[in-house]
Amino acid sequence: MARRNFLYSNMFAKTKQHKYHSNGPSACSEGAIPQGEISSDMAKFHWVFWLSLVLLMTILGTSLANGRYGISYNDTFRIVFSKILPVQRTWNDIQEAVVMVYRFPRTVAAIIIGAALALSGATYQSIFKNPMVSPDLLGVSSGACVGAAIAILMDAGSALIQVGAFAGGIIAVTITVMIPRLIRNESTTVLVLSGIVIGSLMSSIMSIIKFVADTDTKLAEITYWMMGSFARITFDSMFPVLPTILLPVIIILLMRYRLNVLSLGDNEAKTLGINLRTTRGMFILCSTLITASCVCLSGTIGWVGLVIPHTARMIIGSDNKRMLPIALIFGGIFMLVIDILCRTITSAELRLGILTGLIGAPFFIFILFKQGRQVQ
Amino acid sequence: MILETDNLSFHYHNGRLIFHSVSFNVDKGEVLSILGPNGSGKSTLLNCLANLYKPVTGEILLNGQPMSKMGLRDVACMVGYVPQIHMPTYAFTVREFAVMGRTPYIGAFATPSRDDYRIADEALERIGVAHLRDKPYTEISGGERQQVTLARVIAQQPRLILLDEPTAHLDYGNQHRVIQMIRQLAGEGYALIMTTHNPEHAIILDGKVAILDRKGVLSIGQAAETLNAETLSDLYELSIKTIYDEDAKRKICVVC
Repeated sequence: MARRNFLYSNMFAKTKQHKYHSNGPSACSEGAIPQGEISSDMAKFHWVFWLSLVLLMTILGTSLANGRYGISYNDTFRIVFSKILPVQRTWNDIQEAVVMVYRFPRTVAAIIIGAALALSGATYQSIFKNPMVSPDLLGVSSGACVGAAIAILMDAGSALIQVGAFAGGIIAVTITVMIPRLIRNESTTVLVLSGIVIGSLMSSIMSIIKFVADTDTKLAEITYWMMGSFARITFDSMFPVLPTILLPVIIILLMRYRLNVLSLGDNEAKTLGINLRTTRGMFILCSTLITASCVCLSGTIGWVGLVIPHTARMIIGSDNKRMLPIALIFGGIFMLVIDILCRTITSAELRLGILTGLIGAPFFIFILFKQGRQVQ
Repeated sequence: MILETDNLSFHYHNGRLIFHSVSFNVDKGEVLSILGPNGSGKSTLLNCLANLYKPVTGEILLNGQPMSKMGLRDVACMVGYVPQIHMPTYAFTVREFAVMGRTPYIGAFATPSRDDYRIADEALERIGVAHLRDKPYTEISGGERQQVTLARVIAQQPRLILLDEPTAHLDYGNQHRVIQMIRQLAGEGYALIMTTHNPEHAIILDGKVAILDRKGVLSIGQAAETLNAETLSDLYELSIKTIYDEDAKRKICVVC
C-alpha cells in the first residue's frame, strides 16, 4: 500500500518554515505527537471519561439516598448491597421498598434515557450537518405524544399507551421521510423542513385531543406525556423497551467513525467509499428508535439531545470517536441531576420538561457565548 | 491505463445534454486539465469520473475494470476526489480531517488504526503542513485548507486524483504552489485530472488538456499545441494572444 516514497523536499515545506521563523521555532508543534500515535487527545479523553464515570456513580448514590422519604446514605447503601452481599439488616421494609422499588428503577431509567437521548442528538447533528438539530427533529416526539394521547383517550392500559407512543413516533417519522421522496428532492433541507411541518401538524392534533379530553382525569395523564417524568417507571415497564434503546445505542457507538465522514457532506462521504443511503438510513433508524423508545417510557424530554452533545464537543473536540462516549456519560449525569432536583426541590414532584427547559436554555446560551463565532 | 472513458454523455432529469461522446484516457504520471466556460459542465464531468453521477451512456474503465460494476469502496481505493475548499460544520483538527482519507480502508464498525494515523501524518508532512496538525481545520487559511485536503487525498492512496478547481479562492502565490504540488504528484506516478479556469495553469502543467465547449463537445490535445491564441479566443469569446517568455520558458496568455 505504501508503495510511494515521500523522499524529496517540497515547496510548501520551505515556504511554511520561512513563515514560521518569524514567530518562534519553526518546529513548533512538530514532534509533539510521535508519528502514528492514535491521537494527542487520547490521554485527555481517558481522563475525562473516567472522571465523568466516577461523577456519574457518585450522583447515582445521591439519587438513591434522596427524595421525599428520608433514608440515610448509610442505610441506602446497605439496602443496595444487601442484594448481593450478606449485610446485617438495620432498615425496615418501607425503606427497602422506597429504595429498590421506586428510586432504583427511576435512577437507572434516568441514566439510560439521558445517555441515549444525548447520543441520538449527537447522531442527528452529524448526519444533518447542523449543530442546532435535536432528536425530536423529525417529528418523533410530537408523533409519540399523539400516539400516547389517543391511547389515553381510548382508556387503554399503560402497556397500550407505550405501544401507542411508539407507533405514533414511528408513523410521524415515516411520513417525514416520505415527503422528500415524493417530491423527489432528497436534500437535507427538505427533510428538516418536512420534519418541522409534521411536528407542527402533530402539535395541532395534540391541541384537538387536549380540547376533547376529560379535564378531570385524562388531561392530566396527557400532560404527563408532554412534560416527561420518571415517576411511574418500573423495571417491568422498562424491560420491553430496553432492547430498542440499547441495541441502536450499541450500533451507533460501533459505527461512530462514519459520522465524522458523513458530517463532511454527501459528495465527500461518497467519494470516500461510504454508501450514503444505507449508512445514513441506519443512523436515522437507530436514533429514531432511541427517541421513540425514550418517549414511550418517560414522555417527551427536551434539551438533553441538544445541550449535551454541545457540551461534550466543547470539552473533548468534534471527533465523534471520542465525543460520543463522553456525550453518553454526560447525558446520564445531566438527566439524573435533573431528576433528583425534580423530586427534591418542591413537595409536589416537578415535571422533567420544566427543569430541562429552565436549566437547558440558559446553559445553551452560555455554550453559545463560549463557542462564539465557531458556531455557524 | 488507469482511466479510460468511452463515449460518455450526461444530462440531468429532463435537462439539456451537458456533454456527449466524451472519450479519453489518462495514464499514470499524466495530468489532464479540463478547461471550459462557466456552466459548460466541467464539474459535472468530474463528478461522473468521481462516481458521484452516473453517465447516461458510455463506460468509465478504471484499470480496465468498468466502474459501474465496482463497489463504492473499491472505487474509493482507486480514485481520490478533492472538492473545492469549503468549511465543514464541525471543528475537526487537521489530523482528524486528514485521517478521514483512510475511510475506504476502515471497516464499518472500526475506527482508524495506528497505521492509518501514521499514513495521515506522513501525508501531512509530505505536503508540508505537519505543523498544523492539532489546529482546527475551520480556523486555518484557505490555502492551508487546500493543502490539508490534498494531504487527505494522499492518505487515501488512490491511483487517480480528481481536483475540482483546486486553485479557486486561493491567492496568486498559493495558486502557484498548488499547481507545483500537482506537478510533483504526477512525477510520482499519480494520474491527475483537474478542472480550472486559468489556461496558464494547464500550460505550466504541460500535460493533456481537454476543452469542453458550450455545445458539450470535448476536444483533447497536448497543452503546448492545443492552447494557442485561436483556441483560447474561441473558448472565452475574447481576443487572447500567447507570448513565449524566455525566463519562464513557456507561453503566457494575454488578453488584448
